[in-house]
Amino acid sequence: MAAAMNYLESYKDMAANLCGQELPWLEQLRAEALTKFSVSGFPSPREEEWRYTNVSAIEKKLFTPVLGNVDSYPNRQAIDTVWLKPQQLQDAWSVVLVNGHFSAELSILEGLPEGVSVMSMADALVASHDYSALLETHLGRSVNLTEHGFVAFNMAWFTDGVFVHVPAKYVLTKPIQVLNVVTETDAMSTTRNLVILNEMAEAQVIETYVGMNPANAYLTAAVTEVVVGNNAHLTFYKLQTESEKSYHFGGTYVKQAQHARFTHHNFAFGGLLARCDIHTDLDHAAECELNGLYLGVKRQHFDNHTRINHLKPNAISRELYKGVLDGRARGVFQGRVIVAEDAQKTDSQMNNCNLLLSNDAEADTKPQLEIYADDVKCGHGVTVGQLDEKSIFYLQSRCVDEETARNMLTFAFANEMVDKIKIKSLHDQVLEQVVIRFPQEGIQKAWL
Amino acid sequence: MLKIENLHVSVGDKPILKGINLEIKTGEIHAIMGPNGSGKSTLSHVLSGKAGYEITQGSITYQGKDLTDMPPEIRAREGIFLAFQYPVEIPGVSNIYLLKAALNAVRKHHGQPEVDAMDFLTLVKHKVKMLEMDEKFLYRAVNEGFSGGEKKRNEILQMAILEPKLCILDETDSGLDIDALRIVTDGVNSLRSTERGFLMITHYQRLLDYIKPDVVHVLAQGKIVKSGGPELALELEAKGYSWLETNQVAA
Ligand SMILES: Nc1ncnc2c1ncn2[C@@H]1O[C@H](COP(=O)(O)OP(=O)(O)OP(=O)(O)O)[C@@H](O)[C@H]1O
Ligand SMILES: [Mg+2]
Repeated sequence: MAAAMNYLESYKDMAANLCGQELPWLEQLRAEALTKFSVSGFPSPREEEWRYTNVSAIEKKLFTPVLGNVDSYPNRQAIDTVWLKPQQLQDAWSVVLVNGHFSAELSILEGLPEGVSVMSMADALVASHDYSALLETHLGRSVNLTEHGFVAFNMAWFTDGVFVHVPAKYVLTKPIQVLNVVTETDAMSTTRNLVILNEMAEAQVIETYVGMNPANAYLTAAVTEVVVGNNAHLTFYKLQTESEKSYHFGGTYVKQAQHARFTHHNFAFGGLLARCDIHTDLDHAAECELNGLYLGVKRQHFDNHTRINHLKPNAISRELYKGVLDGRARGVFQGRVIVAEDAQKTDSQMNNCNLLLSNDAEADTKPQLEIYADDVKCGHGVTVGQLDEKSIFYLQSRCVDEETARNMLTFAFANEMVDKIKIKSLHDQVLEQVVIRFPQEGIQKAWL
Repeated sequence: MLKIENLHVSVGDKPILKGINLEIKTGEIHAIMGPNGSGKSTLSHVLSGKAGYEITQGSITYQGKDLTDMPPEIRAREGIFLAFQYPVEIPGVSNIYLLKAALNAVRKHHGQPEVDAMDFLTLVKHKVKMLEMDEKFLYRAVNEGFSGGEKKRNEILQMAILEPKLCILDETDSGLDIDALRIVTDGVNSLRSTERGFLMITHYQRLLDYIKPDVVHVLAQGKIVKSGGPELALELEAKGYSWLETNQVAA
């Protein structure tokens, strides 16, 4: 029985155009992935970790890959550079991917330190380049093809992506922004990214996902694998503001070596249905911090799925996800923390707080602790609720009218996550997004 | 300026205030004392318009206006200020912003233009200094992580900036150390004027050594069971409340 037949049919037409053709190991990986996907199809709500999220609409629709580079589009919608400019962060290196293909013309990579690689995945996968050994070692190693349908799908279908390698002890002075743009309707953007930091290296990476035309329906299926070496420190931001009718799957799968630090900030604002996986494996004394904010209006559906694997002793994990849900929006949080038998002195805290602004909004939250060690400190807390009436009254007693008080409290709730952003230009960009998403709230930045 | 007549208030089916009569004239300071659970905070909440209380009988008139249906923010803009027994933490909203928003709301209510940014800063810094607070508190979220005493001081800072007409202080002295008590009461005394009325709820006669009241009331089981001069507070300090409650039953 083959699932997602329409996608499998269309694969034949594109297979010959996929990147990395010359690499036998990749060909094998892709073949395996295709087999897995042909059996599983896209994930179904029958799978425990997908029980709140139904992606059958994706299967019914058939999104198609856009082949070829944007710089050589014959009759496709040209990229609007005036629109693009403000999406690109100042003071950052920027890698622009349009419909799943790297655009050298739009990317800004001047001044990268010698030895640091930030490049298109397709280019990195050219056999004659020096990277193929590194790629062979790491690609597909942070996440198993059996994880779920999207992971297998991504491996078989990916057209391009970004490859980042920061050698030992390099500290990047500017962040790297990976800007994913979709210009076409019914398109599919399937990208595979790999970020490697060798020991004691430090870097900041920002993944941005945007749709150029708000009316377009499309699919993003991105997988990012991350390797953080001993004592290395990676701060990772994700800003997802896809078009209103789009579907987004984004998975970030991380391996942290001893004393490695990984901080992730996940801002999920766009799309009709957006699922995000963040998984990390912690070696001895590694530290991870996962922060998230999802803002849902109308019929938006957000599913955030995190998994923190404490594999070795003395590692620390901190997680805080917040959701603001209005209209008929739905927010799902599934957070798993697994502490292996060997992972004594684990210190872990997971929290998920949801604010429901309407009676029809819904939040499903499922924290799961699986602890096999006996000397650990693990906590979790979840809340789903309305604004605190005591706080509203307090503000009213300070002359603020009720509506403004509610808006202030809502904005303040969300802003806690925005304030954690250390990059000024990104902070302002995210704040702007929060403001425009609640226009009826009359939110003012001056409140903060 | 404030006239409370035969006020009965219930929460759900539970009567809490059972016929309060109280009149505060401008320039007067009234103190309310009374056992835990007697209804002191309830009275302060009802005066400032908190939802969830039902006035089943009686009336509250403030500056000639009936307060019953007035929303809390309008009361506040009209000059009623409550210093909370338990000030609320508002994460994410900065202290200085709330001060400015509140002051501007009052000014707008009275047809005045927004306060000039520089003038405002000068005013705030002056008051912060008077209350011997660290300026850092201005830029922190409202009451978030403040100690008990710091919260109380912050309430008085808000009061000093808003310059309300009727100041209701609900156990502002509780939780203050000796120095803080002096600083806070100095702050309150600096606001004393013939234009302004005070209603101070306290458990401790000591507060009244710093701020001398005109009248002391005893609230017990939802009623004012005795009123008198400052000497009444001393008597309560010596004898407790039990003699009054028995008195009340006998009378
Ligand atoms: N929302 C409510 N629901 C039920 N009972 C309430 C509510 N609010 C107040 N009460 C009750 O009303 C009574 C008076 O409470 P209030 O807080 O006014 O007392 P108080 O005099 O301020 O006491 P304290 O000196 O301890 O501060 C108490 O018995 C209290 O439990
Ligand atoms: Mg009280």
